[in-house]
Amino acid sequence: MNAVSQTSLQAAAASFRARYEGLKERLGGDSIQRAEAADAFAHQGLPGPREEAWRYTVLRPLTEVAFHEPVVLLSDCAAGLAALPDLGMPRLVFIDGRFRADLSDAVTGAEVRTGAPAFGPSVALGEKMVALNAMLAEDGAAITVAPGVDAGAVMLVSLGSDAHGVPVSFHPRHSVVLGKGARLTLVEINAGTGVYFNNPVLVAEVAEDATLVHLRMQQEAAGAFHLSTVLAEVGARGTYDSFSLALGGRLSRVEVHATLLGEKAMAHLNAAQLLGGSQHSDFTTIVRHHAPATASRQTVKNVLTGRSKGVFQGKIEVARIAQKTDGYQMNQTLLLSGDAEIDSKPQLEIYADDVKCSHGATVGELDADQLFYLRSRGVPAEQARNLLVRAFLSEALDPIAHEGARAAMEAAIAAWWERQA
Amino acid sequence: MLEIKGLHAGIEDKEILRGIDLVVPTGEVHAIMGPNGSGKSTLSYVLSGREGYEVTGGSATFDGHELLEMEPEERAAAGVFLAFQYPVELPGVNNANFLRTALNAQRRARGDAELDAVQFLKMARAEIKRLSMADDMLKRNVNVGFSGGEKKRNEVLQMAILRPKLAILDETDSGLDIDALKIVADGVNALRGPAFSAVVITHYQRLLEHIVPDRVHVLANGRIIRSGGPELALELEAQGYAAVVAEAA
Repeated sequence: MNAVSQTSLQAAAASFRARYEGLKERLGGDSIQRAEAADAFAHQGLPGPREEAWRYTVLRPLTEVAFHEPVVLLSDCAAGLAALPDLGMPRLVFIDGRFRADLSDAVTGAEVRTGAPAFGPSVALGEKMVALNAMLAEDGAAITVAPGVDAGAVMLVSLGSDAHGVPVSFHPRHSVVLGKGARLTLVEINAGTGVYFNNPVLVAEVAEDATLVHLRMQQEAAGAFHLSTVLAEVGARGTYDSFSLALGGRLSRVEVHATLLGEKAMAHLNAAQLLGGSQHSDFTTIVRHHAPATASRQTVKNVLTGRSKGVFQGKIEVARIAQKTDGYQMNQTLLLSGDAEIDSKPQLEIYADDVKCSHGATVGELDADQLFYLRSRGVPAEQARNLLVRAFLSEALDPIAHEGARAAMEAAIAAWWERQA
Repeated sequence: MLEIKGLHAGIEDKEILRGIDLVVPTGEVHAIMGPNGSGKSTLSYVLSGREGYEVTGGSATFDGHELLEMEPEERAAAGVFLAFQYPVELPGVNNANFLRTALNAQRRARGDAELDAVQFLKMARAEIKRLSMADDMLKRNVNVGFSGGEKKRNEVLQMAILRPKLAILDETDSGLDIDALKIVADGVNALRGPAFSAVVITHYQRLLEHIVPDRVHVLANGRIIRSGGPELALELEAQGYAAVVAEAA
């Protein structure tokens, strides 16, 4: 089985490499960095189950689909656009990974450049999915906020389509650079129809005293694959405040690397994964405390029904220099079916001696006493379950300060619940 | 009117109620007293529909509804309210949202218009004031971090807002100091009237000084062994359960 799996991983990697070979003359951006990425990918391939970081998320289903380059004739994804929440903020729309100026808004307060990506310093080619992205990235948004500027909120939309009749893969490359004391709320929505593979990378540089709020809503199509990586670096007294909601996709993984580089830098990596059917979703974090008095908070909630499988891997690294680090990680899972599965793996690597780090994990079912209490007050059973699931998620959802985005997330969760009933 | 006839029920093959017969006419408050293990809590759970109890015989009707065939939420919508001996904590659910959800679910089931947030808050704040409770009661998560007394007060607040036709109080007095006991009693007494009935389950006579019952029943070994007026509670207090149980045997 493993041998077969390795072979199919190699075959899939070979087809991505072949696509690069065919495209490389046409792909824009820094061709040297891209060639480095292609070399790294050729050497590393796709991650397999023998690697510790990919033990619980096996990419075999991905290798069973032949993905093609999106063709030029592009869908307008009218239904997908109409389904987007109206949050009163400008939006940048990518369809099948390509920027669509005709469907996007002008952004004030931030400079936005789209097109072939400049890869920037955080290339992280040792990460296999990042190397794949860098090898094939065609397009992306580079958002820059000048020092001291509050740029408000921007929506970054990715819609995958099946307009071409064949499964496509796209590898958008985004960056967000906040100057000293700058602020931005980025609401990222990933959705679509059909079978496709979305492999985005977002590089965030948060300077001293700056704050990036990053709210992600993954509502990919039921047949879609979503393997994304966020690489965030935070300067002194800066904050990377993120929440990631996973509802869609057949197989998905969000991997967040947050590196706290300056004193009192802070990262919130909260998430909720709500899965049903045979969905698989993985939230993996690596927080690196590289400066004193830095803090990280992770509240990750999973609600699993059907035969779905959730994964949480959370690693906190505290460098020797990072005294007075405060790290907190909590992973809680509600199993609403006997066939659902959660794999939860906390990892602490602490080299400093004066730190406060804690982690915990719980797994349980809905509480029968709580259900009866609600029903005895007249709340019908389904509504009572919904209320308890929402209550379970509250620690992860309530801290979302952007009211519109939080309401959109709650509406998406309510719709998810309706679909399960 | 609540009418229980020959009710047999138990849990996992163990029979706890062995033929209860009880009639509580509309407008009356009846007390059920009995020693530990006599089946008092089982009776309240069977009447309110908690899972895990098996009814092996008999019936319980309330205003013509066959209670035992209804879901817990249907019983609530029909006007039955159970004040819990141990109110359940609901982290992440705030009391106002909980109460409005419950009230509107009942109203919906009865075909009445639902209350919007403003209408609800106005009504709830008036009840809180009337019951001399703290204003933050509505904002807090349901029973989370509440003292024993606060939890029981919250049960009374729910009762005041949901306005049941039949309240079953399951040892609501246990663990209460005298001030909390008075609040609970005042809450029940405020609802008393020709259209309200209550079954007050208690181990001690103390609560019955504040909620004076129309009838008192003694439950022992899964059966009602004696019934009488309020004076029966005083007799029990003076002589203890053992004497009354022995006399009835």
